[in-house]
Order: sequence, then C-alpha cells, then structure tokens
Amino acid sequence: MTDLTSLTLAEARKGLAAKNFTSLELTDAHLSAIEKARVLNAFVMETPDQARAMAREADSKIAKSDAGPLAGIPLGIKDLFATKGVRTTACSKILGNFVPTYESTVTSQLWRDGAVMLGKLNNDEFAMGSANETSCFGPVGNPWRREGSNTTLVPGGSSGGSASAVAALLCMGATATDTGGSIRQPAAFTATVGIKPTYGRCSRWGIVAFASSLDQAGPIARSVRDAAMLLRSMAGHDPKDTTSVDIPVPDYEAAIGKSVKGMKIGIPREYRLDGMPAEIEKLWEAGAKWLKAAGAELVEVSLPHTKYALPAYYIVAPAEASSNLARYDGVRYGLREQGKNIIELYENTRAEGFGAEVRRRVMIGTYVLSAGYYDAYYLRAQKVRTLIKKDFEDCFAKGVDAILTPATPSAAFGIGEKGGADPVEMYLNDIFTVTVNMAGLPGIAVPAGKDAQGLPLGLQLIGRPFDEETLFSLGEVIEQAAGRFTPARWW
Amino acid sequence: MSTATHKLLKGSTGDWEMVIGMEIHAQVTSNAKLFSGASTAFGGEPNSHVSLVDVAMPGMLPVINEECVRQAVRTGLGLNAQINLRSVFDRKNYFYPDLPQGYQISQYKSPIVGEGEVIIDLDGGKTATIGIERLHLEQDPGKMLHDRSPSLSYIDFNRSGVALMEIVSKPDIRDAEQAKAYVTKLRSIMRYLGTCDGDMEKGSLRADVNVSVRRPGAPLGTRCEIKNMNSIAFIGQAIEYEARRQIEILEDGGEIEQETRRFDPNKGETRSMRSKEEAHDYRYFPDPDLLPLEFSQDFVDALKAKLPELPDQKKARFVADFGLSAYDASVLVAERESALFYETVLDKLASRARDGKMAANWVINELFGRLNKEGRDITASPVNAGQLAAIIDLIGEGTISGKIAKDLFEIVWQEGGDPRALVESRGMKQVTDLSAIEKVVDDIIAANPDKAAQVKDKPQSLGWFVGQVMKASGGKANPQSVNDLLKSKLGV
Repeated sequence: MTDLTSLTLAEARKGLAAKNFTSLELTDAHLSAIEKARVLNAFVMETPDQARAMAREADSKIAKSDAGPLAGIPLGIKDLFATKGVRTTACSKILGNFVPTYESTVTSQLWRDGAVMLGKLNNDEFAMGSANETSCFGPVGNPWRREGSNTTLVPGGSSGGSASAVAALLCMGATATDTGGSIRQPAAFTATVGIKPTYGRCSRWGIVAFASSLDQAGPIARSVRDAAMLLRSMAGHDPKDTTSVDIPVPDYEAAIGKSVKGMKIGIPREYRLDGMPAEIEKLWEAGAKWLKAAGAELVEVSLPHTKYALPAYYIVAPAEASSNLARYDGVRYGLREQGKNIIELYENTRAEGFGAEVRRRVMIGTYVLSAGYYDAYYLRAQKVRTLIKKDFEDCFAKGVDAILTPATPSAAFGIGEKGGADPVEMYLNDIFTVTVNMAGLPGIAVPAGKDAQGLPLGLQLIGRPFDEETLFSLGEVIEQAAGRFTPARWW
Repeated sequence: MSTATHKLLKGSTGDWEMVIGMEIHAQVTSNAKLFSGASTAFGGEPNSHVSLVDVAMPGMLPVINEECVRQAVRTGLGLNAQINLRSVFDRKNYFYPDLPQGYQISQYKSPIVGEGEVIIDLDGGKTATIGIERLHLEQDPGKMLHDRSPSLSYIDFNRSGVALMEIVSKPDIRDAEQAKAYVTKLRSIMRYLGTCDGDMEKGSLRADVNVSVRRPGAPLGTRCEIKNMNSIAFIGQAIEYEARRQIEILEDGGEIEQETRRFDPNKGETRSMRSKEEAHDYRYFPDPDLLPLEFSQDFVDALKAKLPELPDQKKARFVADFGLSAYDASVLVAERESALFYETVLDKLASRARDGKMAANWVINELFGRLNKEGRDITASPVNAGQLAAIIDLIGEGTISGKIAKDLFEIVWQEGGDPRALVESRGMKQVTDLSAIEKVVDDIIAANPDKAAQVKDKPQSLGWFVGQVMKASGGKANPQSVNDLLKSKLGV
C-alpha cells in the first residue's frame, strides 16, 4: 500500500470517492511512512489514534456520500497551530507540554471539511528561523540531498517540518505559516508548492503569534492544485480575528488550467542581486519564457524600495514578537523556573524556555520599541513598509497582474552551514520573500528546476491583494512546464 | 452663578498654590469585557469570569466590544468633549503577574475622546470649570490575592480585560475641595449616562492624583502622583497632606522628587512607592491585532440624540422653571436618583408652577435631612414621591399649614398611608372658618390687654399674638387669616 503516499491530494480524493481505497488505508500508509522517516524529525508529535478515528469517520461519511471536500485526506499540522487536546508547543521549551483546550480556526475548518490529522510538524521555535534549526526538538532533515553526498540538508524554515513531510510523502499536505518567507522558502528548498495568501485571508485565531501584522497561514502541498484545494478550506472570514477580511472564498481549484493569455507579468529589476548564482538567474529566465509561451506578456518593473525591506522587516517583526512573547512568563501555563521573587521567576523561565534566536529577536524588538529609539527604528520601519507597499501598488496600477521572482537566493544548505557566526547570513534567505509580507500580498512558490548539485529551486509569483486565483493559474503553467520533482529516498 | 476662588496654603515663608491634575479610571458599564465575551459581573468566584483571551492563551486575539465604544462616546459627549472618529489601540508593555498578555491594550497617541470640560459645583453655589485632556479605553488587569497562602500569591483574572475609561484632567484643579467636587461631578455625569456605576467601594472608580505646589502665578512645580485612590474623602485628605509635605520640603530648601506615592488612610499620610528612575519604559506601539477604531459622525450623532438630560442641564432647568437657588438645584441634581425623585414629585403635584419650589425645599430639607439622619438612601425612602407630592398639594391648596405638614410627614414616614386621608381622619385640616378663628383671637386679645396696647408702637410684637392664636388652635388655624384678623383688631 505504500504507493498510496505518492498520490497527490487530488488523486487521493478521486480514489476515495471511487472507493478504490479507504481513508483508513490511506491514513495507515502515511502513519507507517512517518514511522519509517523519523530520522527526518519532521513530526514532533504523532497522533495515530486520532488519525485513525478521524479516518474512520471520514470513511463512514464517504460511504453516506456526505463527505466534505477534504474527506479522508491525511494532513500534517505545523506545531504553531493550536490543536484541541493535542500538545502544541511552537517548538519552544517555554510552552512545555501545553495542551490547548481550543482548536485554531484554520485547522477546525480543515476538520470540518473532513481532513485527517496525522500529527504535529516541526518548525523553527516560534517560527523564527529559515532553516528549522531553532526548534527545541532539533533540526529537520530535507529529503533532498546533493548528488553524491550524504550531508543532511536543511528543509528551510520556519515551516521546515511541513515542507519535509510533504516532500518525503509523509502527508498529503500540511499547514504552514509565513511571516517573512516561512512557507515559500521551505517549499522552494523541497520542491513543494507553498502559498502565503493575502494578509487577512486566513484567520490567525489559535495560531501561536510571531509578528501579528505579518503572520499568515497557508498550505504546503505537492502540486498547485493540491495547494488550491487546501487553501479553500483554510481561508475565510473569522469574527474572532479582527484582521481577517470578510470577502467570499473563491473556488481556487477552478483557477487551475485557466488561460493566462494576455496577463502582464512584472519582472522586478531590483531582484537581480549582485553575485546571484547563475543557475538562479537561469531559472528565473526559464520561468519567464514558460509564462510567455503560455501567452503572458512580460514587462520589466521597478520596486525601488526593495533593498530596505529586509532591514525594515527585522525591526517590525522582532518588535511585535517581543510583545507577543511577553505572555510566556511562567505564571499561567507552560514552563516555570522558580526564583526568589517574581522578577527572578520571569528571568529564569524565559532564559531557560527561549532558545538563542528567540532571545535575540526579543532583545532586538525590545530595543527598537524603547523610549528614544522608537522613532528612529520602529516608526521609520513602518514608513519603509508603506513605501514598499506603494511600490507594489504602483506596479499593479500599471496593469501588472503578477510579479515573477526567484523564491530564494540559493538552494538548500547543510545543517549548521549558515548563520553560525552572523545571523544576517541566515536572514538573507528571505530577501525575495519578506517584501510580500511587508506589503500583505499573496505569494506562491512553485518548484521550477534544479541547481547543478541536483537540488530543487523554486520561483515565486506575487499577486494583487486577494487575487490568489491568478497565482494558482500562473503557478500551474510553471508546474506543467517544469515538471514535478521527487527526492530519491535515503531515509 | 459665581466663579470660585481657590484656597491657598500658608507656609512659613508665604502662600502656596496647589496644582492638581487627575486620572480617573472608570469601569465601563457593559455586560462583557473590552475584548472578550466574558462577563463583567462583580463578586464571582475567583477565575469564574475568564475567557481564553483574558488569560492570554497562545494564539488568542482581542475583538472590540462595540458597547464599550458606545459607552466611551457617550461619556465623551457628557464631558462636552471632542469625539475622535478614528482612534488607535496601543500596547503598553510591562511584566506583572496580574497582566496576562505582558501588555495592557490601551490608547496612547490617538484616544477615542479628546479635549472637553466639566463644570464643578462648589460651596455656596459657586462653580469652576475643569478642562478634560482626553478619555481613552483600556483593559483592567487581574487582581493579586496575597492573603491566601503564607508563601504564594494567587491571581484572580475575573477583572482581567474589563473595560476602563481613563479620564485625564488638565492641571486645572487648585485645591482639595475642587478635587473632591471634580470626582463627584464626573461620577454624577457617568451615573446619569449609565456609563459607569461609580461604585468606589467595588473599585469601579479609582483616581490617580497628581499634586504639585508653587508660589501663586509661578511656573509649575515638580509633581508627585498619588495612586489608586478609591474614596472621595481620602482624595481630599491625601491632597492636603501631600501639599503640606511638599511645602515643608521646599521651605526647608529641598527639592521635590518626581515619584509615585500611595496614601495610607490609617495614618492619613502619603508614602513613596517608586521614583522616576524606577519608572517603566512601556514601549507603546499600535496593537497589530486590532485595526484602528473608526466610526462615522452619524454614529456619534445617534448616540448624542439619545443622551439623557445631564446634571448641568437639569440644574439650569430647575433654576429657570421653579426659581430654585443654584445651590438647591445642584443639591437636587448631584445624584441621578435624587433628581429623579424630585422630578417624580413634580410630576405628581397638582400645580408644579405654584409648588415646584416648595417641593424642592421639602425634598432637600425634610426628606434628605431625615434620610441623612437615619443613614438611608433615597431609593429606600419610607416616604415615596407620591406621598410627598400629596403633602405639598395639601399645603399649597391651604388645607394644612406648613407646621401641620411636618407632623403629617412624620406620620407618613412612621406609618405610611395616604396623606390626604390621614388629614381627614385625624382632623388635621386647617381652620379657615373666620368666625371660629375670630373667637380665639378675641379671647387672646382680651386676656392680654397690656400687650395689645403695645402693638401699635411695637408692630413686631404682632408675631407673639400669631403664635398664641396658632397654639390655641392646635396649629390648625390658617396663619394668613390669623394675621389679617389680628391686624384689623389691633389696628396695625
């Protein structure tokens, strides 16, 4: 039955409907794949009993022809999403064995539509990282390796567990979150499809917050169609999240295969970095060629404030994080390290509970919000953010339908290879993706090719606000042209 | 109305003037908290009115309670203040165990209500105008319980997230009396509006008082803030003490250190809590979980159209319509319930034009006097508005005299009943039969020939005769008739 795991979500849905196999069989196949792939460390919590119970329920609903759009489909859930009765830690020691009494809006919508939870997926602690190396459960292995090498590579981050599990056929799709590139960069590193929808498209309720004005949930899947199917269930207005937007969720799948003829695709000249690897450049050109072949028109565009995006992001995101993470104080839940008085309790708990990268960002955030520095840092970064947003608006106002860029400046790298001495080296991974969060726009990463060492590379498409449909249409053109990529199994 | 002069404090080196500003924290009257659906009911078991949002569970988000917004706007309108159609919620970051999020959601740079003013009522019908700097909405923290265990502190999060209005005055208050009058007036306005119950014992209304002193007309001195005052009387005591303390330091050549102080009501003194150096850096920034709070002028206008009559308007109306003194009118309107009682009496009077003023006197002197003596609240008055109106009608129409009315009031107070029926059944009716009165008058004059002879020279002694006649008639003779008869018979 192991070949059940290699089906796409769309194929599995068809098979389930045709009763070729049951959800229980499909779920068991994935549970056994997860068991065999523990070396990847993609799952931090396996929930086989719950998975089988959900699968049985899905099977009975399918039998009664009462099945939701994701009935019986086994998924992995990033550990940032609160799952009722199932430990949720954001991969931080500080949450300890926290078990929520509530279910996040996004996951509850997936269960509403019949999906099956296989377990919780590894991620960077509080989603702070680009390599999934900051998790308190240890790093995640990328199912991809360089040709002829046994070095374990990172899957990217922060949704490294999600990307790795989807690429390694451990689940048919996964939830993920993206604050500066945390869906798109790991998708690019693992030859999976990841979409960060428009800010406000998915509810943030029940997702452990990193940076509230940037955080957005989205799926990682093995095809553009699968991603579209998942997003349709995940998205929607939620009165419990004031920043979620009350507009109807379209049938994203209907956008797949829609003609892109006459669409205007922007190529931003500022994304052509000095010293960018030639193969990235080549990939970008190939992407443009494929879209052109499908009838799209390519235009060079300018996003002049791009170079300020990363520095501004590393002010805004830590500022919000420093405040969002203040609730982890050892008083009400999670880890508590005693002290002689309340100040010591705070200090001991937070020093013990937070990892180095989280501590660094909390300190940066506290600093930039301090009296006397607020105007110079936070306020200024917000102004930059407005300018970045305006860059995109100007571009779209000229009739551009979507913007094509590389997803990452390089392919996956080895565990421990980057950022050891200088955190900025790691932060540069998000150079092409942070602008999208700063502007609140939708962005999709689609696998488009391989580098010289046989590692996958992805392209990114950036769309107008709430126009995820165009991204799915264009993404599928690239997918069709580039083909699908599957890692050779080594685990 | 006249504008008040304020009290200066005498020091050993001359006069000092107090400059006082206040921050009032008023709990918004609403069923649910500012950003969660949990109940705001007072006195539940600890942690029984707590939602996931109130204890800052991971991934929880605040959602504004629109009723709290309406209440803040109503209050702003009651303070004649600028209503800001766009305001912003900010996070005020600090660590404390009763603050679950690690920040309080408040409004910093853009409050919902801007500048306004309050007219305060002082002794002798004088008034003063105190400027309002702003009003903003914010969350109340939880409550630490230190008395449950020798080694541990507990936290009750029932209050956590309850909506507060912080009302900041301008530094326009000049002495303790004004400060007390300011809090009294704010409380009264909010109780009229139904936006805060003003119950200081339950903590629904608390004040932080900023006090500094200076030579009259000199620039502002350094201030100290007295935190968390929950009694109007203590506010007065704390200000007097604090001003004296500062004057003493300054007159000894010292300097005032800006600090936060606490008032100890047992010792009647203020004590240092923390100095400026220990002050928090709250790292305010706009809360990214909440959109800016925006509403239309129509929304404000609709609330404005439904505002009840407020104490100042009521007072002006009482003065204009019934000729009440400013003082009497402000006594009547100070509490919403008192004003309501008076207005109910007015409604039931046979002629409010004739007896409206008399009704005010009766409510203030007889009723309030009696209630105060017995420590009762107006809502627990044994004499209701209908009964009092009936008593006043009986006086106004001449059925009973004012003196008899007091006896009748006492009977109604003690025994209840219909005043008109009581007058009938107990024979308390005023005697207006001139022949009956005339006989009494004649008897008294005949019995006192010396005094009768003196009256022509000393007209003021006529009163003695009136008193005698009234006494002889058991108070039932009509005083006007007695007066007239005596005058004609004695030839004055």
